[in-house]
This record gives sequence, C-alpha cells and structure tokens, in this order.
Amino acid sequence: MNALKLRQVATQFKHQKLAIAALVVLVVFTLASIFAFLSPYDPNKMVVTERLQSPNATHWFGTDDRGRDYLARALYGGRVSLSVGFLSMIIAVGIGTAVGTISGYFGGWVDNVLMRMVDVLMSIPSFFLMLILNAYLKPGISTIIIIIGMLSWMNIARIVRAETLSVKEREYVLYARVSGQSAFKIIVKHIVPSMMPTIIVAATISIASSIMMESSLSFLGLGIQPPNSSWGSMLNNAQGYIGDAPYMALFPGFLILLTVLSFNFLGDVLRTAFEPKANRR
Amino acid sequence: MHKYILRRILQAIPLLIVISIVSFALIKLAPGDPVRSFVTPDMSPEDVERIRQNMGLDQPIYVQYWQWLVNMLSGDWGYSLVNHRPVLTLIMERLPATIGLMGSALFLSLLISVPLSMYAAARKNKAADKVLSLISYIGISIPSFWFGIMLIYLFAVKLQWLPSMGMRTIGVTSFWDVVKHGILPCTVLVFMNVSVYMRYIRSQTISQLEEDYVQIQYAYGSTTGTVLVRHVLKNTLLPVITIFGMSFPELIAGAFITESVFSWPGMGALGITSVFALDYPVIMGITMISSVMLVIGNLLADILYGIVDPRIKTMR
Repeated sequence: MNALKLRQVATQFKHQKLAIAALVVLVVFTLASIFAFLSPYDPNKMVVTERLQSPNATHWFGTDDRGRDYLARALYGGRVSLSVGFLSMIIAVGIGTAVGTISGYFGGWVDNVLMRMVDVLMSIPSFFLMLILNAYLKPGISTIIIIIGMLSWMNIARIVRAETLSVKEREYVLYARVSGQSAFKIIVKHIVPSMMPTIIVAATISIASSIMMESSLSFLGLGIQPPNSSWGSMLNNAQGYIGDAPYMALFPGFLILLTVLSFNFLGDVLRTAFEPKANRR
Repeated sequence: MHKYILRRILQAIPLLIVISIVSFALIKLAPGDPVRSFVTPDMSPEDVERIRQNMGLDQPIYVQYWQWLVNMLSGDWGYSLVNHRPVLTLIMERLPATIGLMGSALFLSLLISVPLSMYAAARKNKAADKVLSLISYIGISIPSFWFGIMLIYLFAVKLQWLPSMGMRTIGVTSFWDVVKHGILPCTVLVFMNVSVYMRYIRSQTISQLEEDYVQIQYAYGSTTGTVLVRHVLKNTLLPVITIFGMSFPELIAGAFITESVFSWPGMGALGITSVFALDYPVIMGITMISSVMLVIGNLLADILYGIVDPRIKTMR
C-alpha cells in the first residue's frame, strides 16, 4: 500500500458516487452499533401494554411482539451481525492468507497437499456443513464466528496463492532469499505486504458473505440464540407476525441488505481502483 | 478428447473418496450412542453388547467404514431416526419437487439473463447498464429469506393472489396448482440467479465485442443487434457452461433457505428439518448427495469446456 494506490482509490471514489454512499452507510451503521447504549430504550425491556405498535414518534421502528422497542433491538442486533461478520472475516482472511502464501511460496508437495485440502472443503456444501456443525456443537456467538471463519477461507487461499506465485519471482524477494532470510520472514515482510490490495478486497467481500451466512443461520434458528439477537434472528421471529406487523420483517432485512450491499459494492470499487486493467470492464 | 474426459474423471475419484470419509465421520461423530435407540430398560448388558456386535460397532473403524461404503454403494443408506423409513426412499420422494423447482428456475434464469446481459454489454456504462448493474448488486446482496418473506407478505397476505407455502392445495391435483405454488419461490431463485449470471455473461460479451471479428462485422455495416445475435451469442456459451456447472448441484440438492421459507417439499427443506431433528442418517445422505453433485457439476463443466473450446483441453 503506497501513496499511489491510495490516490487511485480516491479517484475511484470520486467517480463512483454510490461508493461514497456505501461508505457512509457502513460508517453510520458501525457508529450506531457502537453507541447503541445511548438509545433511551432497553432492547430487552418488555412492556406488554405497548406490544406490536407500528412505527410512530416514540418508537421509530415500532415495537415487537413483547413490547420491546424495535429500533433499540435493531441497533443491538446490528452490533452482533457486524461483529460476527468482522471477526469471521479476520479468521477467514488469516487462514486464507497463511495457506495461500505457504502453498504458493513452497510449491511442491506442500502446495499439492494444501490445495487438495481446499478442493475437498470446496466440494462439500459449506452452508449445510455450517448448519450441521452448529447443530452438533453448542450454538453461541463464538461458535458461529469460528464456524463461519473456518469454512470460508478457501477462495481467499486460492487468490492469495495465485498472487504469491508471481510475487515470489520478483527481484526483491529473490534478494531476500539470497541474503538468507527465513521463509517465514520473507512471507511476512515481503510477500504479504505486496499483496495488501488483494487481501483488502477479499476481506471486504468476506465481511459481506459472513454477515449473510450469519443471518441465514440465525434466521433458520441455528445461529444466534436468545437472549442475544441479530438481524437474522429478528427476522426469524418476525416471520410469525407477518400479517399483523410487516414492519418487524421489513426493518432487519433491509438493514442486512444495505450492509451486505455496501460491503460488496465497496469491495468491487476497491478492486477496480487497485487493478487498473479491470477498469475497462 | 476421450483421454481428456478420462483424466478429469480419474482426478475426481480421490475427491469422492474423501467426501465419503467426511460423510462417514458425520455419522460417527454424531453425539450420542447409536445403540441407545434400541435399548429398552429390561435389557441385560449382554443384550446391549449383542446389539452392538450386530451393528458391527465392535469392529475396527476402517472395517466399519468399508462396510458402510459397501452398503452405500448397494443402495442401503440406513434409516431415518425420526420416522424409521429408508434414507434413500426419503430422498427419492423429495427429488421431483426439487428438480421441478430448481430446473424451472435455472431455465428461466438463463432465458432472462442472456439477453439482459448482452443488452447491458452493448450499452456499457450507459444509464441502462448502470441500472441493471445496480439491480444485480441488489440481487447478490439481498437475503433470500427476507426477499421470500416480503413476497409472501405482498402476494399472499395482502393481495392474496398466490399461496404462501407448500406445493399443492390439499385435495387439488392439477398441474396449474403446483405452478401457482411455485411462482414465489421461483421468483426468489430467478432474481438471485440472474444477478449472478449477468456478471459473468456481461463481461464475456464485452470482451467479445472488443474482438476483431466484431469490428469487421461493423465495418461491413452490421448493426449491433445482428452482431450480438449472429456472432456474440454463441460465444457467451463459455460463461453459460460455468453457470451450469455452478448450478448443477442445486438442481438435485435444492435450495436450503428458499425451500424452507416457502415450505417447498424438496431436498433443501428435508436437509433443514433433518438438521433440526439431528437425524444423522438423513444428514449424511444429503451431505453425500450434495457433495457428489458438486463434484459432478465441476466435472461436467470441465468436459463441456473441452468440447466447446478445444484449446482448453490441451492447456491442462
């Protein structure tokens, strides 16, 4: 990452008004979930007399079937969804980068073993595997983060490996090798930094898909469990009240859509900024 | 050509073996002792031990795996823990509903996405292209279950035009009734498919439009429409094959979430219910089928590439 790359990103943002919108959405959502405690309502406080109120001046998102303020619940739900997305991404990018660089750098049988492992993992439907693991293990926020992270690094590993193959032939890497630096040092100090752009793009898209997977799992009832809630588990609950309180389904789903859309969009804009060749498309 | 196909099939075999080991592990690692479901309180420890022996559970693990594999290959996939019916029968019962839904969704998606992406490619960076690209972004980012719920609210609850769940109205056997039940789940699947497909086909069309042969056609006075239909269309076949390979497993394994939201009685919904019931034999069966289909889908795509573009098979 150098000044030139940053300038490319800045130009790309200038051209893409929607990219700025996406960035604003993400900043606002992140701040909102960090400062969720400023909300005047307790997300878990039930007021039976105020159940199933449509959105109004006191409850902007209305109230749910137990009379809890829906906006406060959405803010706290967003906190769960965003952090699961972010932390799963860290795991996926961490494993993906490690496997990809090791595979690409060492080549030979190491490469063969690691890539066959990736092939196997990619030929088992990962969403179903996540469901199964969630059912076998004790469901909880940390279980979900680990399961999503551990089952979604394969694509990143492939991309990183391909790039390592070309980076390791560059002169500065060869110099480092000749001067006797250890493989670990070369990978960490020379190879990984040079493909930061690729990793950042992969990370952005990875957050989007992790959030999507978490909300799908939670929607099915196999993800986040009460008393915690995420946007997905709110939708699970809302399904039963679709006739009386459609807003209960509308808000969380729309928030998921906006978040995932913004991350996907941002990822693509960054990709175009980093790879001038892709600009033509 | 035959050699190429043979080589690809041979490459898939180790993958299939590992998949079978993973499926076997799913059964073995399942919490709880499988003997327990047969044990009644008045049984002596010797009786329990005899059951264990009858089930082959006292054998070393590789013998158990081999026995399991032989059973699988001869069609004995075990019995559901919930209703004690053969797993393979349960799966076969679900197949028609899934193939019907996923097949029509795949067909409609291709029918819509090919012309739409070619249109977008021809109008590259113009307003129409940008609108289509935004719609495709939304399709990629929309949670399928939420889209499904919103459609149910609009068309089943508010307007009451379409049924919200299941595949048939009880007592009605007409084909039209099934179609009516299929419209909403199919809409969800088609919207999401088209959004993904469009990206592949659009970028392939754009690179084709930059080729010399297209420029020559223009020089001869062809219009964009004729060039697209007569020349570019057949060159979009490669991304269509990629898409087919990607979607093939879904054709059999179904869509877990969409089928569940609409209670469509297919494989996907069976998968979800079996996970909830911790019905390990059924979970194993579905994992096995979906993984094998994924491998076959990739294999088919690779073989088709080789047929469509002879240059590819010499590259590997």
